[in-house]
Amino acid sequence: MTMTYDLVNENSHSKPNGPPINLEERKGILEVQDLSAWYGNTQAVKHISMSIKAQAITAIIGPSGCGKSTYIRCLNRMHEVSYKGRVEGCVFLDEKDIYAKDVDPVVIRRRIGMVFQKPAPFPTMSIFDNVAAGLKLTRLWSRRWELEEVVERSLRQAALWDEVKDKLQESGVSLSGGQQQRLCIARALAVEPEIILLDEPCSALDPAATLKIEDLMRSLAQEYTIIIVTHNMQQAARVSDVAAFLLADQDGVGTLVEYGKTNQLFTNPKDKRTEDYITGRFG
Amino acid sequence: MMSETTYLRRKWFNRLMLGLSSTAAGLAILILGLILGYTLARGIGALNLDFLTQAAKPVGEVGGGMRNEIFGTLILIGLGSIIAIPVGLMSGMFLAEFASPKVASAVRFAADILAGVPSIVVGVFAYAIVVQPLHSYSALSAGVALAIIMIPVIARTAEESLKLVPNSMREAALALGISRWRAVVGVIVPGAMTGIVTGIMLGVARIAGETAPLLFTALGSQFGVQGLLNPIGALPLQIYNYALSPYPDWQQQAWAGAFLLIMLVLGISILVRWISSRRNNRPVIRNVKRSNKNDNDIRFG
Repeated sequence: MTMTYDLVNENSHSKPNGPPINLEERKGILEVQDLSAWYGNTQAVKHISMSIKAQAITAIIGPSGCGKSTYIRCLNRMHEVSYKGRVEGCVFLDEKDIYAKDVDPVVIRRRIGMVFQKPAPFPTMSIFDNVAAGLKLTRLWSRRWELEEVVERSLRQAALWDEVKDKLQESGVSLSGGQQQRLCIARALAVEPEIILLDEPCSALDPAATLKIEDLMRSLAQEYTIIIVTHNMQQAARVSDVAAFLLADQDGVGTLVEYGKTNQLFTNPKDKRTEDYITGRFG
Repeated sequence: MMSETTYLRRKWFNRLMLGLSSTAAGLAILILGLILGYTLARGIGALNLDFLTQAAKPVGEVGGGMRNEIFGTLILIGLGSIIAIPVGLMSGMFLAEFASPKVASAVRFAADILAGVPSIVVGVFAYAIVVQPLHSYSALSAGVALAIIMIPVIARTAEESLKLVPNSMREAALALGISRWRAVVGVIVPGAMTGIVTGIMLGVARIAGETAPLLFTALGSQFGVQGLLNPIGALPLQIYNYALSPYPDWQQQAWAGAFLLIMLVLGISILVRWISSRRNNRPVIRNVKRSNKNDNDIRFG
């Protein structure tokens, strides 16, 4: 048994919900190559390259303003929706660059779903319609039973079904904050993405709701690839298999400082700046 | 230190200005009251069921009413709305959701200019593009004229209400792999529906009393409603004609018509206020805790 394998096994002990994960065997599902992003003339992140493993949880950590949210938005072409957002570099999904000219961002976003910081259920829609929105609004028409099936499956996956099954016709905004966020996760799952991006999904939630979302992430990681941005290091340590540490350089542009297995990064960081950050010397 | 006289001077000046502005505000309400009261007083004699259900009678015959003109006005409002609602709403969507800032400001400027074009000019325009080619005054041409007046009102209010829908809704929809068009139609427009409906009602209120553009287009008709390609009567036109006539009973009917028109616009205004006071008109919202005011910024921005 190799040293790496031990580390990986040790890693899995702290995650009782997940099976032991051997990261070395996992293929990279997203290959990020030399990615830089701008808002107008202001550069937000530069020259980030990393290989993101399939069916694992990758955490992006770093202090405020290090570009971690901008970076994750580049992974499903949401950055270009922002005012004057611009991206350079490549992101390969199944060996195809998602920034290639012939690629439709709408197709990419179906394969790479996203959940935002503030729970954002559609206010005019019922709980049912919120979950079904992704399907309803990408097709001309859908069969009712098919939608019902998808809605139930997605809500079960998001561990929300038991709480809402008797009030599917009520407004999505009638739920609590934590439930709203799980509703948003269910909504993202309903279109059957391969990868789910979570941009600080728990920052607006209380500890109990946060814990539920973390449990949910562990169970989803068996099927999906999850990338989570968080400024909460304990959360990153608790849930993630792999972690990336981003830091703004002297010009305020986010750069990748360290990327590796979460366990390694937290217990034995290679870079001095990572060590300073995780031991709480700044940030 | 402020001297006693300076203090007194300021105090009295303050009272004076307060008094002046209160008087001005009171005057505005008084004028509205006077108009309503005077029209009602002069028209009350003609306001009865016959006025609403009878067609106009020829000179000399007693009785008769404005049934055809009321019906005509409703048809013209309907025609104007059928043309203006899609065009105005789509323009609003273009301005708020799709246009680049430069193009948007140019279009917005054009819409504001259009809103300021005197209505009689719009009437002449409709005469030139509809009446002349078809060689006839018609309800259709009046509908076109009224639509032109209505479009900028709807477009601008639709734009403003679409902009009030938080960006997080757009991002959430796009992140689901929904195309921009479907996101706007399926998520953003329903979120802005209250404001959009308010805009439409404001547009209706604006055109309901328009007279000048109808002079060149609807013309007025003594034969009731005869299809969209023939002249048609309308309340404002009939008020104009009857008020200028030398017959006292016609004059009284003109006052009654004026009162009815004011009530129509007033009714629409009240409807607008009622719609916009409800944050959302979808039944789904019933279950939202009304007490939590902070929900509003999530729901509506």
